[in-house]
Amino acid sequence: MPMNEREQLLLKIQQLHFATVDLNLYLDTHPACQQALRDYNRYTQELMRLRQMYEMKYGPLTNFGYAPSQYPWQWVNEPWPWE
Amino acid sequence: MWIYEKKLQYPVNIKQKDLQMAKFLLAQYGGPDGELSAGLRYLTQRYTMPTGKSKALLTDIGTEELAHVEIIATMVHQLVRDASPEELRKAGLGGYYTQHDHALYWSDANGVPWTASYVQSQGDPIADLHEDLAAEQKARATYERLMSLTDDPDVIDPLRFLRQREVIHFQRFGEALDDVQFNLNSPKYY
Repeated sequence: MPMNEREQLLLKIQQLHFATVDLNLYLDTHPACQQALRDYNRYTQELMRLRQMYEMKYGPLTNFGYAPSQYPWQWVNEPWPWE
Repeated sequence: MWIYEKKLQYPVNIKQKDLQMAKFLLAQYGGPDGELSAGLRYLTQRYTMPTGKSKALLTDIGTEELAHVEIIATMVHQLVRDASPEELRKAGLGGYYTQHDHALYWSDANGVPWTASYVQSQGDPIADLHEDLAAEQKARATYERLMSLTDDPDVIDPLRFLRQREVIHFQRFGEALDDVQFNLNSPKYY
């Protein structure tokens, strides 16, 4: 299925987010691994950059004060992830 | 505190209706070794873990499991969303339709509702981590059986991802168990 621009950016965010989740679990049992920590911080930086880019264009990915919203309140916009 | 993210952890785009497969997938939604059991198991056991590392790991894997609950729910939802009552009945989901229509509900593949007795919380980190290791292997084996029940790549792809996460979680729980055992065995000096 061909992806639109939003879906392509979201996929990149999902990929980066996955890297941070997996490294996070690894660091939980290897907190002194410098290489994993370096990778975690690098992916986190890049993830924050892409997340901000996405949220400016398509609305917030998180609520409860973790991302601002344009008017009108964008959190209610579809599609939801299961759609 | 938890934060919801308006995205799936892994993409799900199922185009082909498959009611039988939806029924089977319920095993990992509301079954004994499903994602809901996993998430709740780790998130309730974490309070009596003995080290910062093990508290972090159970919090984080428990949280990831909630994202897996959402992936399975999305798969079931997309597999049944266009189905008529008659189609659901033919797929063995007539009883499910009677009680839940097209809604998601925590049962296993045989319609048995989820129960908290699927989860143990002993307050003994060695016992709890052993349960967690077993749970990951049971979920891995279930995913392999689910993958052998379909040839739809849209279904197999997320199942492969979820299966792989069971393997990783097993690995991390094993490391946590080693670490907890080491800590419990080391002499304390005051």
